[in-house]
Amino acid sequence: MKKIDHFRYLAGETLLVFNRNKTSWVGLVLLVIILLVAVLAPVIAPYNPVEQNIIQRLQPPSSQFWLGTDYYGRDVLSRIVWGSRISFVIGVASVGIAMFFGTILGALAGYKGGMFDSFLMGLSDVMMSIPTLLMGLLIVAILGPSQLNLTIALALTMIPRFARIARAPTITAKNQVYVQACRSMGFSDIRILVVHIFPNILGELIVMASMWMATAVRMEAGLSFIGLGVKPPIATLGGMIREGFKDILTAPWASVYPGLAILLIVFAANLLGDGLRDALDPKLRNER
Amino acid sequence: MLQYIIKRLLFAIPILLAVVTIVFFVVRAAPGDPAQVILGDSASQESLTALRAELGLDRPMIVQYANFLFSIVRGNLGYSLIRNQSINSIVAEVLPFTIELTVAGVLVGVIIGIPLGVLSAVFRNSTADYVTRVGSLLGLSFPAFYSGILLLLAFAVYLHWFPVISDPGGTGSFGERMYMLVLPAMNLGLLMMVYVTRSSRSSLLETLGEDYIRTAKAKGLPGYIILYKHALKNALIPVITIVGLYLGVLVGNSVLTEIVFNRPGLGKLILSALDERDYNLLQGLMVIYALVIVLVNLITDLTYGMVDPRIRKQ
Repeated sequence: MKKIDHFRYLAGETLLVFNRNKTSWVGLVLLVIILLVAVLAPVIAPYNPVEQNIIQRLQPPSSQFWLGTDYYGRDVLSRIVWGSRISFVIGVASVGIAMFFGTILGALAGYKGGMFDSFLMGLSDVMMSIPTLLMGLLIVAILGPSQLNLTIALALTMIPRFARIARAPTITAKNQVYVQACRSMGFSDIRILVVHIFPNILGELIVMASMWMATAVRMEAGLSFIGLGVKPPIATLGGMIREGFKDILTAPWASVYPGLAILLIVFAANLLGDGLRDALDPKLRNER
Repeated sequence: MLQYIIKRLLFAIPILLAVVTIVFFVVRAAPGDPAQVILGDSASQESLTALRAELGLDRPMIVQYANFLFSIVRGNLGYSLIRNQSINSIVAEVLPFTIELTVAGVLVGVIIGIPLGVLSAVFRNSTADYVTRVGSLLGLSFPAFYSGILLLLAFAVYLHWFPVISDPGGTGSFGERMYMLVLPAMNLGLLMMVYVTRSSRSSLLETLGEDYIRTAKAKGLPGYIILYKHALKNALIPVITIVGLYLGVLVGNSVLTEIVFNRPGLGKLILSALDERDYNLLQGLMVIYALVIVLVNLITDLTYGMVDPRIRKQ
């Protein structure tokens, strides 16, 4: 019975947060639609995304090919639908990995303090002093371009940021009376961290996850545009722009529409993150 | 102040050292043998061994690392594996273009961003505020290469206002060079503009809520004097940090901007280093980037300390 009440309380709180800020609703709905498109790619895509048809190449948008065809005669719409799937998977997976390891490292650093803390935070300072795009570029260049390596590279660039976010509130929470009470009752460190501190930093983590997912999708597209993305002929949004850019003067649709898709995904994630941040910020809460 | 400067300088050194160390070992982890890259696949075993000895690749890793550090301290980034040129001279050729682009980007961002942020904060919750906020979020969502492509299509291909390829070459006059810079700088500036708008808005909002502003209002001072003489001065201090902080992002995005506009610069150099598997050049460029970022952070901290005496005293 107690469990259910707790769940209902959380659900109610979440709804309150969303209602407090309308833009987060827009972001959420957009993201869900994009997610559906990505999941249902095999059903929705009108054509095979990799099937070449040289006779139909660089066709402008028409009733047959809604968004035109690319240099190899492939349907741009179908490639966008499949490409958004890869963007989504890489975005979610890299943020998930970064959040998991970053939170653990950051919370431990904040909780333990001392040398461990200084070392980890020093390392994260160093990693953050290299621009994320260059860091990603360096890692992918070394590991070789593939979906897994891209995910790893993006996750590595984001881990220090999540560690930073998890660390500060852990330090604050560590000195709160309720945590001291837990410690005096002999609770283990892990139990205190997971049960008592983690729920308090969850809100901020979700906001950051949403914003960093936007960045991850944008970086993946950037790396694919440079030529460090998932290998062709697999459709990725950044890769499509890279290929379409060569024909930008004669067939702008081959690069403009995939870019629009990237923009939409990133914008949706940013809307959600920005809205949630405003809604969760106690300073702004009473002003609305 | 001097003490503060020395403290910040000392703090920058270990960060730089660590970045350089990470870059060195990450590049060493790359697959492929530099000697093989230089001589090609058909090279004989003897010539490979000879070249490895010449390049010092046969020595223990720790010796190589020490040599690398010493040469960096002396300001020498080593030799390119592919081009018969020192990395210093390769970088010196194109560095002005990247600096020019980045500085122009920051200027565009600050000159447009601050007024937008102020407007948005002063007319809070108005239509203008709403448009600015959603617009800046949209700007934040643009991958730099995509905004570049759209700018190129709009202003170069359809309107013919600007050249499609912004390669200043080096022969053109100053005016021509600036003309070529407009589109790339706008593209890079868009991102900085977004950051500056957002931070100056929230910072000004916070300042406008302070007690001393209320006092000024109670004294009956007109709104514009409160804004210009009292609020803005304090509100714009955090914007300095934002500019410094996001200069790193800007440097990263300059790579994409240079590719789209086909401009020479560090970004295009990094791409050719990747294509040619010239790991020495890649390593040298990373060191340059790290140096730039650490320097910018240092300058930001120092400026901040100069503007806000509370920071120095800490």
